[in-house]
Amino acid sequence: MLRIPCPWCGVRDETEFRYRGDAAVPRPEAEAGLAEYSACTYKRTNQRGWHVEWWLHVGGCRKLLKLVRHTVTHEIHAVGHPQDRLAAPPEAAPPGAAPP
Amino acid sequence: MPRPRARIHLVPNTRPIHANAQRAASGRYSAARLFLEGLIGHRGWSRAWHKATPRPRYRVVIVGAGGHGLATAYYLATEFGIHDVAVIEKGPLGLGNVGRNTTIIRSNYFRPDNVRFYDYSLRLWEGLERRLNFNAMVSQRGTLNLFHTESQRDLFTRRANGMRLLSVDALALERDAVKALVPLVDLDNGRYPVLGGFLQPRGGTVRHDAVAWGYARAASAAGVDIIEHCEVSSIRRAGQRVRGVDTPYGLIEADTVCLAVAGHSSHLAAMAGLRLPIETHVLQAFVSEPVKPVLDVVLTYGAGHFYVSQSDKGGLVFGGGIDGYNSYGQRGTLPMAEDVAAAGLTLMPGLARLRVLRQWGGVMDMSMDGSPIISRTPLDGLVINCGWCYGGFKAIPAGGMATAHLIARGEPHPLAAHLDLDRFATGRTLDERGLGPFPYAH
Repeated sequence: MLRIPCPWCGVRDETEFRYRGDAAVPRPEAEAGLAEYSACTYKRTNQRGWHVEWWLHVGGCRKLLKLVRHTVTHEIHAVGHPQDRLAAPPEAAPPGAAPP
Repeated sequence: MPRPRARIHLVPNTRPIHANAQRAASGRYSAARLFLEGLIGHRGWSRAWHKATPRPRYRVVIVGAGGHGLATAYYLATEFGIHDVAVIEKGPLGLGNVGRNTTIIRSNYFRPDNVRFYDYSLRLWEGLERRLNFNAMVSQRGTLNLFHTESQRDLFTRRANGMRLLSVDALALERDAVKALVPLVDLDNGRYPVLGGFLQPRGGTVRHDAVAWGYARAASAAGVDIIEHCEVSSIRRAGQRVRGVDTPYGLIEADTVCLAVAGHSSHLAAMAGLRLPIETHVLQAFVSEPVKPVLDVVLTYGAGHFYVSQSDKGGLVFGGGIDGYNSYGQRGTLPMAEDVAAAGLTLMPGLARLRVLRQWGGVMDMSMDGSPIISRTPLDGLVINCGWCYGGFKAIPAGGMATAHLIARGEPHPLAAHLDLDRFATGRTLDERGLGPFPYAH
């Protein structure tokens, strides 16, 4: 069970949230070509390690949030608002690095 | 007083057998041989397959000794005459997804190209044991999908009719027939009453470990080198071509490198500078304590994600959906375990007191459209077999054959040409349920 610290509601169980995928996929410029849009739609880095991702708090405030989570240990490093630029820590970061 | 053991000396098994001579030493398995071995205390058996040390160069190196990797090697050697093949595996053979699934085989798909491909796989399963000389316990006990609403009945009827148009078996069952087939199901449960079912009689189960071992033994006997504990640390390239892989044994060069590593596909493709339309998710499976025979089909619930069959040992083997977020942890979380158990008990309340014996998780290569990928890549000589989501087991024979065809002939197998990587860029995605590019939803 993940315990997700929602920036608006506080720490809640993962069952209140719905996963919405990789939040580190850059959106191409409006004039970008088919290759860029296809890569944005379909290609993923799919890290084995720190992953920046979208979660929707459907069973709470219904707001979208960003999470930095480790895909092997499931440790949560940081949480933020959708517009926040959250960076993945270097591998083997000390656990419990302060969320905002 | 214990009876003295019969002393019959046939072939003493004490002399050392040279490694390469041992390759074929396991011999043919047969009832007569089992009887003879019984007389001499089973001392004549030898290793089923030969543990090789790698040579510096092969024509084909396959990364991943799971179902698809071993089947590819076997078909390369026996169908396409390419024996200069190595299968390298980071851990022990068969402990990845081929040993972690719920062992179901079926071809009851919606899209015609998928039905053709998976039914080819089912036909290969039907002749597999004779061909491999290995008892894989292929049991065509039938797969039954239940439906609970009128619209679901229409969908399943459409799917069944599509299959029948392609000469694949499918039957629509009314409530009474479902009741006779699976008496444990609570047809009149208050929430999702069962209206009927959709049966594929040729579907069923196969003993998964025997699949890995059967293919490994047959491939080894055909000259394929199988190398365990040989993790790839990088993929070498020479210009626009693949050159080989770096391993604990040093560089192993190859004309073709094939990745068949399921949930770790993105990780290995990244070594070749590629990003794949894949996300890795964990899927759990469960087995209950053994009970007397209660279920002789593979049963799928239509109102929740739950499928179950009974193993020959008596345990109910069941599973549900993926945990729902990217994960490389080969273990599951409790919310999904609870969800699966709840779905199972809605369907069969009589199982409420059954205890779960074991639970495990495997990492799935969830593709962006829910369909697999058997394809060349932008790097010449690098072939991938991935994206099986959680349906890779049933496709092992056809996946192996199609991948071997692609490697040997340089062009896709006619039944797997639609599984190419280019389909994402060109808009020919194979989305069985029309869910869109969301791997966690497939």
